[in-house]
Formats: sequence, C-alpha cells, structure tokens
Amino acid sequence: MPADALSRVFAALSDPIRRDMVARLADGDATVNELAEPYHVTVQAVSKHLKVLEDAGVVSRSRDAQRRPVHLEAEVFDLMTRWIERYRRQAEERYRRLDDLLRSMPGDETPARPEPPTTPSKENRK
Amino acid sequence: MTTTTRETEITTDPKVPVIRITREFDALPAKVFRAHTDPDLLVQWLGPRDLEMTIDYFDCRTGGSYRYLHRRGADEFGFHGSFHEVRPDTVIVQTFTFEGFPDGVALERADFEALDGGRTRLTVTSLVGSFEERDAILASGMDHGVREGYEKLDELLRK
Repeated sequence: MPADALSRVFAALSDPIRRDMVARLADGDATVNELAEPYHVTVQAVSKHLKVLEDAGVVSRSRDAQRRPVHLEAEVFDLMTRWIERYRRQAEERYRRLDDLLRSMPGDETPARPEPPTTPSKENRK
Repeated sequence: MTTTTRETEITTDPKVPVIRITREFDALPAKVFRAHTDPDLLVQWLGPRDLEMTIDYFDCRTGGSYRYLHRRGADEFGFHGSFHEVRPDTVIVQTFTFEGFPDGVALERADFEALDGGRTRLTVTSLVGSFEERDAILASGMDHGVREGYEKLDELLRK
C-alpha cells in the first residue's frame, strides 16, 4: 500500500466516531440510518464520516439503490491486525536480546528474598 | 513454563491513544531495571538488529535527559526525551520524541514488577498525542523493505 493511501487510512481512523463505526461494521454490513442511531448526530454528519472512510478505501457501499448498506473492506481490517502483530514481533525480538543480556550479566545485586540457609524439599515450597 | 506464555503482549485501548507492552523476564527487577538505565547495557538490546545504535547522552535520573541515534548506512534516526521520574528497580517515567517527527511526543511509563521465582514483569505504557500518531507508530517499519524481508525469512524458517 503506497504511503499516501496509508496516510488516508490513518486520517480516516483518527476520529473516534469513525473508529466506532468501523468496529460496528466488523459485525456486519449496516445502512447509514442504522449507523447513525447510537450517535447524537444527524444522518448528514454520519454520511460525511462515511465519505471519509469510503475515500480512504476502508468501507464500500453497494449499488443496491434503496438500502445501500455500508461494507467494511476486510483487507484494511487485516492491515491493522498485521501492523499490531508486526509491532509485537519487533518488541519480542528486542526483548529476546534483553533476555540474552540478562543471562550474561553478573548477579551482583542483592536478591530481594535471600535463600534460606537450608534447602527445603520441593514439597514444602509453595 | 513454556516460551509462548512469556511472549510479548501488545494491548491498545479504543478510547485513549495508548500502546501497552507487557513482557516477563527470568531476572530480578534490579537487573532488568539496570539494563534500562545503564547506557552500555541499553545499546546491546534496544536498537533493531539492522541498525547501529549510538548514545549521544544518557542521564537516567529524575530530571535527566537522553538522546540516541539509530544508523543504517547514511540514514540516521534521532530520538530524545526527558526522565520525569526514575525510581530504582520500580518505575521509569520519561518522554520520547522521534526527531523525524519533532512535534510528536509520547509519555512513557515502564513498571518493573517483582514476580515469584525471582522473575520480573515489565509493563511499558506509551501515551501518544492522537490515534493517528498511535497507528503510525504501530505501522512503523511498514515502509522499510528490510523489515518485510525479515518477516518473509521468519515465515520461511517457521515452515
């Protein structure tokens, strides 16, 4: 996905109402009226939000003349999931390097709980 | 204990532009804390593998500040911020700015929590200015073909 298309997706999803609309569309298609219901805004305002989402390619609207239900483009949704997974994997890679470092560091700090002088059997330990 | 239960977790919040990272370590909080506050140790793990990390300055104490650079060939990425609160073995609160986007600033809090068996749970909570910024951070690396390459390699190695 080119950078400007990505920026449009970011901009489209930066608004809390639009994010909420996307979350609801993840459950299934809905009409403009259905989407407008839970908000204290006009249908016109919701249509404006939908236009932003549509221009960014986040949602599409069928040509079904009467209802014209709004449909979430699943690939955009997948993109979000992929971003988070990639970000998570980068963090995990970083922390695996920290694991290695922690193993190589000398244990020179005082332990929080000193070991008891005698070694208790496994059964007595919680 | 399996490796999978210890894998990094990422949590986001639909109402606040926050990214939360949770990870557990087989070391006492004091040790994990030191790996975050000693610049000689920090450079050994923080930077991405394909980048060279150098510290400009790093004064990790309450009221201190830091700046470091990531280099790949001629490309240089600077990061800086202030240490708002540094409490030994417990918490680090700092600001974080990527110099490529100087208007953006994240407020980060790292909590070091002692677990049974001399282990530590690290929770890093990062609050950014907007959802747009948050998504840009999550998507960072999207434009780096190198990362894509690593990802493909990862997938290949998993097969």
